[in-house]
Amino acid sequence: MIINGVTIDDTFAEAFGMRGTRIIITAQNLKWAYHAANAMTGFATSVIGCGVEAGIERELTAEETPDARPGVSILMFAMGSAVLIKQLETRMGQCILTCPTAAAFAGIDGGDRINLGKNLRFFGDGFQISKQFGGKRYWRVPVMDGEFITEEKTGMVRAVGGGNFLVLAESQPQALAACEAAIEAMKKLPNVIMPFPGGIVRSGSKVGSKYKALFASTNDAFCPTLKGITNTELSPEIESVMEIVIDGLTDVDIRKAMHVGIAAACALGAANGIKRISAGNYGGKLGQFHFPLHEIMADTSLNGASA
Amino acid sequence: MSALTFTLKIESRQRIDCSPLTPDNLVEKSIADIAALTLYSGNQKLRVDAVFTISGDDASNIVINNSSAKLDYIGRDLKTGRITVHGDAGSYLGFSMRKGNIVVHGNVDAFAASGLSSGLIHIHGNVGDFLGAAIPGDRKGMKGGMVIVTGNAGDRVGDQMRRGVIFIEGNAGSYCASRMLAGTIGVLGSVAEYVGYGMRRGTILLTKTPVLHSTLQDCGSHTLPFLSLMFKSFNGLPTQFAKLNTSRVQRYAGDIANDGKGEILVLK
Repeated sequence: MIINGVTIDDTFAEAFGMRGTRIIITAQNLKWAYHAANAMTGFATSVIGCGVEAGIERELTAEETPDARPGVSILMFAMGSAVLIKQLETRMGQCILTCPTAAAFAGIDGGDRINLGKNLRFFGDGFQISKQFGGKRYWRVPVMDGEFITEEKTGMVRAVGGGNFLVLAESQPQALAACEAAIEAMKKLPNVIMPFPGGIVRSGSKVGSKYKALFASTNDAFCPTLKGITNTELSPEIESVMEIVIDGLTDVDIRKAMHVGIAAACALGAANGIKRISAGNYGGKLGQFHFPLHEIMADTSLNGASA
Repeated sequence: MSALTFTLKIESRQRIDCSPLTPDNLVEKSIADIAALTLYSGNQKLRVDAVFTISGDDASNIVINNSSAKLDYIGRDLKTGRITVHGDAGSYLGFSMRKGNIVVHGNVDAFAASGLSSGLIHIHGNVGDFLGAAIPGDRKGMKGGMVIVTGNAGDRVGDQMRRGVIFIEGNAGSYCASRMLAGTIGVLGSVAEYVGYGMRRGTILLTKTPVLHSTLQDCGSHTLPFLSLMFKSFNGLPTQFAKLNTSRVQRYAGDIANDGKGEILVLK
């Protein structure tokens, strides 16, 4: 398959079942909602080292939030519910409770109910106040800027993490430009986040290492500087490879994001040095979810307009 | 199907206990069965058809016409459906009600909504003392749900109330929210003396600064973001409280003679 001169490999991305949740952060204005949300989703690129993968899903207008203030929604994913619950509580306590004017609310009403602000109330040292409206319990915790408002619980659902594709280009700036275009397009979609810095990851990994202590190491088959000395996947003209990793609430959300992202990268085309699109997998045995690139790009129903 | 309608046809000098007349109690009963049910009035037993003219067949929608203040316990233990009362209602309206909807077009006597745990009671008129309060011997009054009163309320509104919302669009009597355990009481009109006497937790929402007794303490003026959250949840309710949108209040905390975790918020 060739789109705009870019070869789409006949391969698939392999993804895993994860646990996911959504949190709505509001504040006096968007600036402070972003300060809180950026702190909460900081150091959350990969479950390997961070426990969770998290990112900002989108901005919310005052009409869309529970307390009629502007805000952002955050998606957070982990390999298991225990880690997600622990990380959510820690990050709420250090990033939202601390941030001036910020408040936190559930972004998923269904699913398993997990604690959002339930234990943060004890920060109030007995002065905390519970209020119930419309079947939901909120906590008002007195803090130095006024009151910190948080919903007691949010919803946790089964989600999908690790959808991905690789952009292979003739130069590093060209690979980055294509990935940036892809991220711009993918950010418009709901229910997905791209957890790496700026949505893009350059250190794709393979399973295993020559060092016994490590269970993953650099994906030498895609490292352009090793073309001559390793069993390379790269043709001579490829000088840089970057990857976009996607976590989403459902399988379909990831398919849509991959379709939109690959289409945006390919729009730059061979003329801009974009040569190939590939994807990362482990032979298909580890992950429950497979995303074949050809099938996704042939499916026009995944076009962004329907998102 | 038309509403199951009870039209009061006698002028009773004694109070009549109407607790059997609820949707869950009357469903799948014929009019003859309903007519033969017993209502207690003092030490007398009365057949339903000796008190009411009965018509209609939809037991989930009960209407009481020509009602009087002698009819006690309307909607007692109500679990489902709707009761509409045209005329006054007696004491203990919606006593221990668990769910459903009661609408009264008239005045209501004492202890309305006592023990209410869920559902809505809408009173288009005035209500007597002890609205949403615990009956003597009980430790908790209203435990949830919502009461809307378009007129005035008597003394001791929400005495020992535990949870839920009471909206009074008129005035409230003295000792409003006395010994309140938690919940929310809103009064658009004025409240008489000793508001929040002995309140432990809970929120009283007022529009005018009341006369405060000495164990309620001024905590200053604040813009409380939880108020916009609360007002947003009132959206669409059939009350003037749904139109409130300010979150600027004067906050008084108390009753510090009883833990002091309650608050009186006076809207600005």
